Amino acid sequence: MEDWRKNKLVFWILYLPPTAWLVLFFTIPLAIVWVYSFGERGPLGQTEIAISFANYIRSMEWTNLYIILKSIWIATVTTAICLLIGFPLAMGIAFASARYRNVLLLLVILPFWTNLLVRTYAWIAILRTNGHVNWFLEWVHGLLAGVFGLLGMPDVLGTFEPLQLLYNQKAVIIGLVYVNLPFVVLPLYATLEKLDKSFLEASLDLGAGQWRTLFSVTAPLAWPGIVTAAMLCFILSLGTYLTPDLLGGPDSVMIGNLIAQQFGPSRDWPFGSALSFLLMYVTFILLWIRAFAARGEKGKLH
Amino acid sequence: MNRFIGSRFPRRNFLAGAGIAAIGVSFSRKAWSEEEKKLNVYNWDTYIGETTLQTFTDKTGIEVQYDLYANNEELFAKLKAGNPGYDVIFPSDYMIETMIALNMLEPVDHAKIPNLVNINPAKPFSDPTYNPGLKYGVPYMWGTVGIGYRKSKVPEPTSWGVLLDSSEYAGRIALLADARMVMGLALKYLGYSMNSKSEAEINQARDLLIKQKPNIKAFAPDNGQDLLLSGEVDLVMEWNGDIISVEEEDDDIAYAVPKEGTNVWTDNVCIPVGAPHPENAHAFLNHLLDKDVALEIATTIHYATSNKAAQAELPAELLNDPAIYPPEEVIANSESLTDVGDFTPVYDKAWTEVQAA
Repeated sequence: MEDWRKNKLVFWILYLPPTAWLVLFFTIPLAIVWVYSFGERGPLGQTEIAISFANYIRSMEWTNLYIILKSIWIATVTTAICLLIGFPLAMGIAFASARYRNVLLLLVILPFWTNLLVRTYAWIAILRTNGHVNWFLEWVHGLLAGVFGLLGMPDVLGTFEPLQLLYNQKAVIIGLVYVNLPFVVLPLYATLEKLDKSFLEASLDLGAGQWRTLFSVTAPLAWPGIVTAAMLCFILSLGTYLTPDLLGGPDSVMIGNLIAQQFGPSRDWPFGSALSFLLMYVTFILLWIRAFAARGEKGKLH
Repeated sequence: MNRFIGSRFPRRNFLAGAGIAAIGVSFSRKAWSEEEKKLNVYNWDTYIGETTLQTFTDKTGIEVQYDLYANNEELFAKLKAGNPGYDVIFPSDYMIETMIALNMLEPVDHAKIPNLVNINPAKPFSDPTYNPGLKYGVPYMWGTVGIGYRKSKVPEPTSWGVLLDSSEYAGRIALLADARMVMGLALKYLGYSMNSKSEAEINQARDLLIKQKPNIKAFAPDNGQDLLLSGEVDLVMEWNGDIISVEEEDDDIAYAVPKEGTNVWTDNVCIPVGAPHPENAHAFLNHLLDKDVALEIATTIHYATSNKAAQAELPAELLNDPAIYPPEEVIANSESLTDVGDFTPVYDKAWTEVQAA
């Protein structure tokens, strides 16, 4: 069969639109932001083009660096929790009978049909002082107090103090885990589903227990999926803006909020651009490590 | 219904769910004499009367296309790279200053606005420092930032110190997530100007906030009234309009402006440079200043009007509400925000330090 690349007309018709799209809506805007990042803020918030590293130096000041490092830490914790929850979930779906698999998969994807903002506000309703969690705890508390009352120890539990679940770092992590879990489950599912089940059967037949099979056979075979899932989750959490804004407390500012502040009220686009590019460099480094690791794996196989 | 989505939109969220009108903007620019019967208005959400646009079209035959924005920064960003076709905009005081300096506003022709006589003759309205002689626009609504509180839990606060310098209500306080406002009111509490250009004063305000941080539950992105209403906190720093809107739902909520004074903001009606229909825009400005039109707006959105003629006919329950029309002595101690220019990064740095501390 003739290679379609050799037919010049077909090649250009197929090649031009996506290239034009990428250049117009990805490369050019990114280049503009990159140029801005070396600029200076005019006294009225104008963006003045210059060649200055002041914005990058400023982003390395301790306060900003601290926020960047904290964002990396929050993204790391989120990714770890997502993997811990997501891996068993993906395994459950992948090994479920075909009848239930699609339903289970649909349940993972379903939240995407609702706007992220609405879902985040739903978490506010769940976590706040007079929210659903505290309502349930108070109900249980009342029930137990009644039981103790019947036993003749009416004051043993004291009065109910609602838990402070919202507007702190924990709430941000809960929100991020919730938002990013599907991005972890889906790539893991894709890998586990394709996995040759006979390897697992062989392992079990040859005397390895369930746990040993999980750690020595399933996990290594699913490794590329785990890395992809972790990267996706980490990158998405690192740049997040909405979740800390709505669920976080006074300590919860992340790099995304810092960038939003620069493009919004501070009108310091050059500094905001520099921060955005720092975020991108972190992402690039991760992708590079990923590519490097992938090359290493290939080397091992051959 | 706007508890969920609407509260993302600041301070104008009085009436639930005004539909978001997307508009196609006209780019044509014709000579004034043959101006087409169209007008593109860009305003805050729920910030106009129910009949304002209809009566304008009835009177002049000009068709209004209406578009919405959520804050001054959004407005600025949209017009920064060139006016996409808006004829009338509603920027706040400090934003006008910036826009004038950057040549983004068209001077208004007073001869075409006979209803100017209705404007409150007090200096902050008739000759404000950010817009001397009303050269670049006319005042619209105004208001304050104060403390919303739960009456059964907290006595009426009389000082910003309750929010900014006391651990008495630890964990039951929310402040605005607004750098200039929080820093400015901390400065005000310390006895300085909200628009201070002294690094030492700004650092003092920063240190006050860092010290108070453990007692603060959240910096609320314009949803402080919801935190108060749901019982999450008992004290919030908020725009008066937002607190008034929840007072209607809960009798236990009230609004107070501390004795140190506060920020008085004024929104204005202006014509941006490059407006395709400047003649119609002038007619619209004149329409908004009409006594009956201004009265209908003020009774609908419950903000204080800068229209003296309309204010005189307001129902007593609006006019006598100190949350809408604060007492004279409060106004006397208050300031409006000004663009601090070169000092903006100093405020920004201090604010970031507060957040990272």
